[in-house]
Amino acid sequence: MTPSHFVALAAILFVIGAVGVLVRRNAMVIFMCVELMLNAANLAFVAFARQHGSLDGQVIAFFVMVVAAAEVVVGLAILMAIFRARRSASVDEANLLKY
Amino acid sequence: MTGSLAAAAVAAPAAARAVAHAVAAPATTTLPAVGVQRSAWLLLVFPLAGAAILLLGGRRTNPFGHIVGVAMPAASFVYGAIAFFAMLSYPASQRSRDVHMFTWIAVGRFHVDAGLLLDQLSISFVLLITGVGSLIHLFAVGYMSHDPERRRFFGYMNLFVASMLLLVLANNFLLLYAGWEGVGLASYLLIGFWQFKPAAAVAAKKAFIANRVGDAGLSVAIMLMFATFGTVSFTGIFSRPGAAGNGVLTAIGLLLLLGACGKSAQVPLQSWLLDAMEGPTPVSALIHAATMVTAGVYLIVRSAPIFDLSQNARLAVTIVGAVTLLFGAIIGSAKDDIKKALAGSTMSQIGYMTLAAGLGPAGYVFAIAHLIAHGFFKAGLFLGAGSVKHEMNDEVDMRRLGGLRTIMPITFVTFGIGYLAIIGVPPFSGFFTKDPIIQAAFDKGGTSGAILGTAALIGAGITGFYMTRVMLMTFFGERRWDEKAHPHEVPPVMTSPMVVLAIGSAGAGAFLILANRYVNFLGPLVGFPPPARGLFNWISGATLALVLVGVAIAWAMYGRRPVPAVAPAASFPRTAAPRALYGDAFNESVLMRPGQWLTRLSVYFDNRGVDGLVNSLAAGVGGTSGRLRRTQTGFVRSYALSMFVGAVLLVGAFFLVGI
Repeated sequence: MTPSHFVALAAILFVIGAVGVLVRRNAMVIFMCVELMLNAANLAFVAFARQHGSLDGQVIAFFVMVVAAAEVVVGLAILMAIFRARRSASVDEANLLKY
Repeated sequence: MTGSLAAAAVAAPAAARAVAHAVAAPATTTLPAVGVQRSAWLLLVFPLAGAAILLLGGRRTNPFGHIVGVAMPAASFVYGAIAFFAMLSYPASQRSRDVHMFTWIAVGRFHVDAGLLLDQLSISFVLLITGVGSLIHLFAVGYMSHDPERRRFFGYMNLFVASMLLLVLANNFLLLYAGWEGVGLASYLLIGFWQFKPAAAVAAKKAFIANRVGDAGLSVAIMLMFATFGTVSFTGIFSRPGAAGNGVLTAIGLLLLLGACGKSAQVPLQSWLLDAMEGPTPVSALIHAATMVTAGVYLIVRSAPIFDLSQNARLAVTIVGAVTLLFGAIIGSAKDDIKKALAGSTMSQIGYMTLAAGLGPAGYVFAIAHLIAHGFFKAGLFLGAGSVKHEMNDEVDMRRLGGLRTIMPITFVTFGIGYLAIIGVPPFSGFFTKDPIIQAAFDKGGTSGAILGTAALIGAGITGFYMTRVMLMTFFGERRWDEKAHPHEVPPVMTSPMVVLAIGSAGAGAFLILANRYVNFLGPLVGFPPPARGLFNWISGATLALVLVGVAIAWAMYGRRPVPAVAPAASFPRTAAPRALYGDAFNESVLMRPGQWLTRLSVYFDNRGVDGLVNSLAAGVGGTSGRLRRTQTGFVRSYALSMFVGAVLLVGAFFLVGI
């Protein structure tokens, strides 16, 4: 179980999350993919902390989780507001801010 | 001084064919003024105060406006006479006096004082301007008596007198330039006095613009003088004129000549003088006969030390003088308007003065003597023409005059005396003042002297012709008047100035030239001409003969045959001369049209070039932004994709750089 395995897993998770953000239409699913990306980053941080033998990576992981939580709060609030107005959670349909 | 003069007198007859030499002026020292001359600023203050009272006081001053208008130049004349007699009490080498008024400009190296220079040259001009000027002002009281704007007229005339006095009294070139511009302004205001006449307004504009060309030359000359000598005052420049190189001196001389041409209506800036006759006749008499047009000659004689060191500039001056004297004579022979004929005569006589001034010390004294005599007889002639015009309901076309000598006897006699003076019949003025100029021209020697002298001789003959023509058509012959004209002699307020001027016309020349009076007066300042070879020699005989030939031709053409009321058949001399020898056409084709092309080209370049550059920049920015905004699709996933691609590129860049 070398750190490279964990980092490889984090990379795979990150890519899956990124593809999900780019491909999926439903806003909830995009949020979940963003969470996936954040967790992938967390995993990478912790793996490197284990490798260096310091706690810095784990502390940063805490910060990342706090940021993720705050972001979810705000994002879900925006999604709720859009859903109430438009009866649809598709991001493709919120395209009024264009030329 | 007398020793070298005697030596010249001995040398001249020793070689029969040798050219007698003029003696250059000794360096004059300028002393500060003492006694009564210290108040010389009064000369300026009187007419300036008159102008201020009349122009700023407005219609309230109408009742006494003309009295103020005449009194001010007269007061200046009284003071001028007092200063003149004070000057006569000084020895000849101490007559140049400086009156310091105040410091005008003191900026770094550039220091100009407002001061007056009272010397033989300026006092001669002061007496001429104020004396003849006061007489003309008195005439104008009668001439303009029916004009409701008479007060404004006298305001402008006083302004002119003040500016002209400033011009001749200034002790540095910048103050002279201030007076120069002032007389140009007064001339514009007075030519266009009857603004409601379009011809007068156009003539005023033409005079001012032609003057401006000359003024440009004068201002560049002053700038050159400051750059070369570091000062613009007369004493500063004339005490060491040799400090400048020959090329610079020639350039300064030629530019001064250009300024003189503009103000004195010499070729090539002569076209405005005949149009200036649109102004009231007192204006023509004062400004365009006796004083303003002589300012150019004053400038050249005043700058004598500069011209004495530059042969090329002097040659240019003589050529301009000779060409103009013939030009003016030819134009004056063809004009039917009596005032325009006299204007052509003025142009020609100033050509004589310019020719004399260009001959150097041999001619300066005679140029000024002729200037003074010309002031008398030309002013008298113009006032006579004004009287005729006043009585004939403003008729100036000589083809509709005639036979006036029995009806206006005083006018006829004074005009006749002026006529005899101008054509140079002894013992009247012209004979004494014009002949020395012709002699000095021949004495110059070589081909140039022969050509100049011959031109002056021919000019004298033509003078006889055109002046006799004016006399015959106006005062003799049958009456070709309009039915409504009832002329009679003009009132005494108009005849008395003419009488005084006639006395001056008759006697001024003899008074100045005989016994070398004026030569000894002005000579210490500008240089002595070679001693006269006696009053009657082959040159004066030839001049008189040519004049009589001119008179005879005019008598044959106009005295014996009835004057035609319609123009004769056209031939080149008959068409060229009335068109002022195509002066206006020349100005138009050489100066005006290229000027208009230049302005149109500039406007085109400004609209298409400069504006086009700025507009195309703006259009470019607008077009680019128009294309760029299409990236804002509103499609969120494409934004996400671009963010992702950017992040990948950034990481790749980091790997490349090696972080």
